[in-house]
Amino acid sequence: MNRIDRLFSQDLKVINIGLESFSKDLKKQEVSVVQLDWKPRAGGNAKLSSLLDRLKSNK
Amino acid sequence: MICYEVRKNSYYDSVTLMLISKEVKNIEGVKDVMVGMGTDLNKELSNNLGLGSEKLDELSPNDFFISADVVDEAIMEQVVERVNGLLKEKKSSAGSDYRPVTIKSALEMMPEANMAVVSIAGQYAEDEVSRLLDNDLHVMLFSDNVSVEAELRLKQKAVEKGLLMMGPDCGTAIINGVPLAFANVVKKGPIGIVGASGTGTQEVSTLIDKLGSGLSQVIGTGGRDLKTEIGGLMMLQGFEALMRDESTEVIVLISKPPSPEVAEKILSKVSETKKPVVVDFIGGDIEAIKAAGAYPCLTLEDAAHKAVALAKGDTPVDFTGFSLSDDEVESIVNKKVAALKPEQKYFRGLFTGGTLADEAMKMLGQSFGGIYSNIPLSHEYAIENLTTLTGHVCLDLGEDQFTVGRPHPMIDPSTRSDRFKTDISDDVAVVLVDVVLGYGSHENPAKEVADAIHEVNKKLDNNVIYVASITGTEGDPQDLKASQSALEAEGIIVMPSNAQAVRLVQKIMDQLNKKGA
Repeated sequence: MNRIDRLFSQDLKVINIGLESFSKDLKKQEVSVVQLDWKPRAGGNAKLSSLLDRLKSNK
Repeated sequence: MICYEVRKNSYYDSVTLMLISKEVKNIEGVKDVMVGMGTDLNKELSNNLGLGSEKLDELSPNDFFISADVVDEAIMEQVVERVNGLLKEKKSSAGSDYRPVTIKSALEMMPEANMAVVSIAGQYAEDEVSRLLDNDLHVMLFSDNVSVEAELRLKQKAVEKGLLMMGPDCGTAIINGVPLAFANVVKKGPIGIVGASGTGTQEVSTLIDKLGSGLSQVIGTGGRDLKTEIGGLMMLQGFEALMRDESTEVIVLISKPPSPEVAEKILSKVSETKKPVVVDFIGGDIEAIKAAGAYPCLTLEDAAHKAVALAKGDTPVDFTGFSLSDDEVESIVNKKVAALKPEQKYFRGLFTGGTLADEAMKMLGQSFGGIYSNIPLSHEYAIENLTTLTGHVCLDLGEDQFTVGRPHPMIDPSTRSDRFKTDISDDVAVVLVDVVLGYGSHENPAKEVADAIHEVNKKLDNNVIYVASITGTEGDPQDLKASQSALEAEGIIVMPSNAQAVRLVQKIMDQLNKKGA
């Protein structure tokens, strides 16, 4: 079954990454939601982040 | 004196911090203040406000800071205390549940998760969304500032995996009856929408609800989906899903005019289904739509009317009029225009919804002269100077030039309230506004408009005509009826749709020109 067709037949279960007000709105509607405690990777340092990527791909 | 408070490795989202900045600016003894994360943009904004320092230059996007121009240190202490209080308030209102720090741990907490809503700063979005798609999650990507190249990579991955990747810059979706981000509470029903324009989709979905029908699914694509570079990947993906979906009997497609080859691709797909398809390529090629066997539309409201007619098994007809009788409309126009002074000549459209502003300009065309705008229909009407407006003007206040360091005016209406003060003067005849309700939007945008207009009117000598429409439903968290009453109590004429509000403006301007002739 196509994944979108499957989605349409399921209860929506949401991971929210970013604005917390979106989580709040979903909770008000009794929709299951997990709010991620997101932070920019490697402190927002692009160079460090790409180094991490390289390390990961070398694993 | 300029004072600073810095906290390393304390991350908060930008909208929360922008709203807090605005709040603490009202403390007596505070001349200016910026509360933000140490991003390059925030450092630049601080410098522009005269609040910059070497201390801030060293910060990373993970570091939180307050920089304030205050009369003394005691006031700075008050600022810090208030910011702490507000941050705590925001945190507790969002619930005290455990928050995982990685997608992997979020999936361990909710293994059956099927959708992710992403609204982090655009430059970080591709990595995270790519990881979400790898984990077979559908994604709504609200963030903007995502490159076209990244969008294409993400959408190609989504198509390969049979997933939705709605966005970037996707503001509206309703999946399985659940409004995501900026969307309205609509009844369930037989009409499915795929929309590349956020407020356009909100307008059509709310009007379908008001006409007594309902929605099966509302899929957003982001505004660039139908450009050549992306090729309509998500509109095609969404459309095919609605073709298969048994709950969807009528399909509506909404977009600003696509690039010709993408329009051809979409319309060729449209001709494959037996389900009736209503297409609003706002101002696009109507003949091509007809040739594909679909129903073209004149306005967003017309799209809603046609979709509802088709869902009922009726033959759709063009909706070009008013819900009020002609006599009622004429009486409003005559009464209002009679009260105008000879120097009142100009039109102002001050919109929070970009598609609604665009629709207004397209409907009005050149009928009473060119309309200057930050999203002009042709380049000779582009506004260079936003501080002093002349002639007829229509602004999309959600565009970047109005939202640097401030939340979108649908979240924080003060952006528009400030423009009311500068943009409505005694030579203005008629002002047109939109009021967008629903999840995501401000808790009472109608009251904000009414209060701001009340203040503006106090300073004007002349009676300006105000026309509004409300994009909202009875089910929305804001009270639709109370919203309408708040506007009407201030003398604002509330029309049932953006299209009808624009038509009323047209009649007012026509009458005004007749009077002047």
